[in-house]
Amino acid sequence: MNAAVQPRSAGSLPAGSGDSPPLRFARALADAWTITLRDLAHWTRRPGTVVVGWVFPVMIVLIFGGLFGGAISVPGGGDYFEFLMPGMFTMTMLFGLETTMMAVTTDASRGVTDRFRSLPMSSSAVVLGRCAADMLNSVVGLAVMMVTGLLLDWSWHGGAGAAAAAVGLLLLLRFALLWIGIFIGLASGGPETVSAVQILVWPAGFLSNIFVDAGTMPAWLGAIAEWNPLSATASATRELFANPGMGADSWVEQNAVLMAVVWPVLITAVFLPLSARTFRRLKA
Amino acid sequence: MEDEKSAITAQDVRKSYSGAPREAGLNGFDLRVAAGSVCGLLGPNGAGKTTAIRILSTLLEMDGGRASVAGFDVRTQGRRVRESIGLVGQYAAVDEILTGRQNLVMFGRLNRLPAPAARRRADELLERFDLTGAGTRPVGGYSGGMRRKLDLAASLVVSPPVLFVDEPTTGLDPAARQEVWTAVRELVDAGTTVLLTTQYLEEADRLADRVCMLTAGRVVAEGTPEELKSAVEGDRIEIVFSGPADTQAALPVLARAASGELSVETAAHRVGVPVAERTRALVRVATALNEAGIEPEDITLRRPTLDEVFLRLTGDDRTEVRA
Repeated sequence: MNAAVQPRSAGSLPAGSGDSPPLRFARALADAWTITLRDLAHWTRRPGTVVVGWVFPVMIVLIFGGLFGGAISVPGGGDYFEFLMPGMFTMTMLFGLETTMMAVTTDASRGVTDRFRSLPMSSSAVVLGRCAADMLNSVVGLAVMMVTGLLLDWSWHGGAGAAAAAVGLLLLLRFALLWIGIFIGLASGGPETVSAVQILVWPAGFLSNIFVDAGTMPAWLGAIAEWNPLSATASATRELFANPGMGADSWVEQNAVLMAVVWPVLITAVFLPLSARTFRRLKA
Repeated sequence: MEDEKSAITAQDVRKSYSGAPREAGLNGFDLRVAAGSVCGLLGPNGAGKTTAIRILSTLLEMDGGRASVAGFDVRTQGRRVRESIGLVGQYAAVDEILTGRQNLVMFGRLNRLPAPAARRRADELLERFDLTGAGTRPVGGYSGGMRRKLDLAASLVVSPPVLFVDEPTTGLDPAARQEVWTAVRELVDAGTTVLLTTQYLEEADRLADRVCMLTAGRVVAEGTPEELKSAVEGDRIEIVFSGPADTQAALPVLARAASGELSVETAAHRVGVPVAERTRALVRVATALNEAGIEPEDITLRRPTLDEVFLRLTGDDRTEVRA
């Protein structure tokens, strides 16, 4: 039984740190793909969890659109449901944050992250793999929401290009939230803390123009809500889908598309280096 | 550092944790492990064993000192070090949602085995660790012993020149412990250098060529298990009495024959008597007890265990006589 003997360099990509940058990059991508496949395997192992994640926002749409919608009017006129859908797309991106946080913190607390860190793999691959799997998850979630919307009579009224740009902005927000999720997941030290943070997703969503127009709130709350990064994406997608809800004349509202790019870029610029630093310095 | 024969070296490694220390730090940690040997790092909870392993496996940065693994500097050649090591942590670091086989294939891929080789290797390892049947089930449903074995298997997907094993058998039943020991032994026979931390003296005695005793972040004694045993004190006579009255009555008698301090386990009515000359002391003690009219239940002559060495060196004097 010589099961113990297996040279590490048996792969087609031999190990070594003096390798050329292109080779290293190819390896990082290969490692990232392995990690992505691992997360996709989780989907097939626990389909329930994943499907609930996709269906949950649909439930919220039905609650707000069906139950509360009749009582909410959209300033400047228009159908509340049409107003709500772009907000809910944004909310779906925010829900994705919970998935990221939970996955990252579970790996860290179970020692899986440490094993990855003790392997000669590229450390960015762990994060890239997580990134790819979570983005894919959110793309499916967004598709489910858009189909739901179309079935319930929501539609975009602008061009296909503008609609595609709206989808792009939503995914850009999701990308930025990914880094917040990775950072909190690594820094929190356990699933218990993460559950507490998850509850905060709701006030963050309510304190924006996702569900109601910020103009209907008390002035100071409205100002906070307007500057909420989620509001920027919600307003920008409303504008690009040509859905109702554009009416406020504040600077942020007028420049929603710009802010829907600036906010995610800023968030990424802050939290990507923070996550990388925390990953390298993980303690326990 | 350029010592070719040392697979692991550490010189004056320091690490302190700011705030409430969850783990013990290191306070001038020195270590030298010869290539192809097993070094047992023995110490109580909080001695810094895990911290030492985490620093040597590049998971944690040290505050000061120098260390090398497989000839590579831990600080500046982290990737090289990671290419040379396997790490079996204190907890089974495997994906609980995936099956055992999926885990092994994934770690094989991350160790740069091509997909078919990774699958073949996974099957080999499952067979070797008696997990073939469980291989297709999610790890979440495994027993503690099965998880540890899978964790060990995951570290052996490629055989690393240096293997760190942090408390490999904590919480395992004797059969599973035996299997883990066998696996570690096989690795060493194949030329792997192993640094093993343990709280079990039996484990260090069984597996390690050399033992380093760690207390409060530094090595306080180092040597082969035999060397350590004879360094601490010589032979001892162990006597078991039938009750507390006999034990109390025997103490002054035994104290006269002893070459050092008696150790008394009150509940077991057991007294340990350190002696200088083996057989002659035995006769003397037996005669003295006989003259005092005390008949012991059992009397044996033996060498010290690592336990005693350990307790002595770590300053734990629970079994010392209390006057």
